[in-house]
Amino acid sequence: MIWNEKYETMSRDEMTALQSERLRDCVKRVYENVAPYRAKMDAIGLKPEDIHGVEDLHKLPFTTKDDLRDNYPYGLTAVPMSEVSEIHASSGTTGKQTVVTYTEADVKLWGEVTARALMMAGGSKNDIVHVSYGYGLFTGGLGAHYGGQTIGAATIPVSTGNTKRQVQIMRDFGSTILMCTPSYALYLAEAIEEAGCIDDIHLRAGIFGAEPWTENMRREIERRLRIKAYDIYGLSEIIGPGVAAECEEQTGMHIAEDHFIPEIINSDTGEVLPAGSRGELVFTCVTKQAMPLIRYRTRDISELSYAPCSCGRTTVKMIKPQGRADDMLIIRGVNVFPSQIETVLMTIPEVAPYYVLVVDRIDNTDRFEVQVEIRPEYFSDEVRALEEIRSRIAREILSALGISAGVRLVEPHTIQRSEGKAARIIDKRKLY
Amino acid sequence: MLIKQISVFIENRPGRLSDIISALAAGGIDIRALSLADTTNFGILRLIVNDPARAAELLRSQRFTVSVSEVLAVEIPDEPGGLASTLAILNGAGISVEYAYAFITRKAKGAYVILRVENNNIAVDTLRAGGVKLVGAEELYAL
Ligand SMILES: [Zn+2]
Repeated sequence: MIWNEKYETMSRDEMTALQSERLRDCVKRVYENVAPYRAKMDAIGLKPEDIHGVEDLHKLPFTTKDDLRDNYPYGLTAVPMSEVSEIHASSGTTGKQTVVTYTEADVKLWGEVTARALMMAGGSKNDIVHVSYGYGLFTGGLGAHYGGQTIGAATIPVSTGNTKRQVQIMRDFGSTILMCTPSYALYLAEAIEEAGCIDDIHLRAGIFGAEPWTENMRREIERRLRIKAYDIYGLSEIIGPGVAAECEEQTGMHIAEDHFIPEIINSDTGEVLPAGSRGELVFTCVTKQAMPLIRYRTRDISELSYAPCSCGRTTVKMIKPQGRADDMLIIRGVNVFPSQIETVLMTIPEVAPYYVLVVDRIDNTDRFEVQVEIRPEYFSDEVRALEEIRSRIAREILSALGISAGVRLVEPHTIQRSEGKAARIIDKRKLY
Repeated sequence: MLIKQISVFIENRPGRLSDIISALAAGGIDIRALSLADTTNFGILRLIVNDPARAAELLRSQRFTVSVSEVLAVEIPDEPGGLASTLAILNGAGISVEYAYAFITRKAKGAYVILRVENNNIAVDTLRAGGVKLVGAEELYAL
């Protein structure tokens, strides 16, 4: 089932016309109401009337996370505070938090796009949606919640933590759709296995996002929770979860492009790249009222595909982000994305798919260490057997990534399972 | 004639060895012998205790990574070349020893050696034929 046939199955011409009309209105609104945007446009001599349609999108200046920080907390809000009905903030790993404001209409829009995601995963009002994202300033919990309510499903605001209670609720309340981070889904699977109650769990689908995960991880979640696992994409600056989501074809995530116009750019030059190219994903929120960001740079590396989809939706699809423009590590001159390490680890049955990457520079050479948990059932009393596992992992990393890595085996359950975005990289190099 | 040995994975971080020993002490487990195999990366602590099943359960319940394997214990005469002759018997039969560690007790005169070999049954027969005194589980746990 498609939640919003009109917008999700439009022809390309209709979509372009709709986007153009919405873009013109949006640029006019921000120019009139948001001083930092007006200043940016004035600086390059650009007037709202110069933007005729999406073909002129590339003329507009970018927005970055720094712009949000510089205008903390409400500087980019385009409406009076009396119109703002909800405020979220994303954890600032460096410095200030980034604040996102929503009007009532924006919250409704959020429910609309998350509802689309739930329908793509086969959801309906008959479902019981178990939301294990954090409720609070983080957009995961409430975003998923609004989607569940919009489709009329029974929505349980379980939030994060207390894993035993999560399992009990899942069993007693009859949860059918799980929404959380993929690493937390695996953690829940572990807890369900420990409790030995998988037969009493009635989940049939899960919608997972807010952190990078791989196809291997998807298969592991599907096998251990006995569900179909769908990907969802979003970031609080744009709206939260629901910016894009996977349909049953699972060949990419349909972007709600009637609201969020995507572009792929070259991260270094800012140049717009043609469809199919890999680069940094950029969004313009043309319908949002409170914080309509123009050309917001997500730092996520992705690709867009306009190929027809078997589900009947015509909206453009983005591939799962292949890493962060910031997360990419350059080790001895080789580009390394943490997701590649995860893919390798998933092929090694003796270790769990959790890892910490430690990069250091000793005597002008990059040292790269992967810390990984041994699975208890593969632990042996013989040093040789453990050394063999270590050298096999190092060999696989070398063949997949082209760099040699030190591998350190650590005790099970000692690497942090994240309930939000994973921080799995420790870069000790002082390069700047 | 086989002895149950507890092995515990030890990450190279301070205090882990002491954590394990303390956990066993708190659980009233007596350690008969121990050996620590250490690499630059990780360690494996091997233990002979008075109650291996309970020790393994206790350590697992505290989230230590444990495996239980079967090893041989032999009594070695307290004289020069005592261990050498035992190893020569195994070597002569083509049985390789993965690792070995010795311990002494106050009660008995001789020393004991724990042997980890690839095939316990063949090793038992070979050692018996060679006149080596094997120590049974009951006897060892009760030392
Ligand atoms: Zn589709």
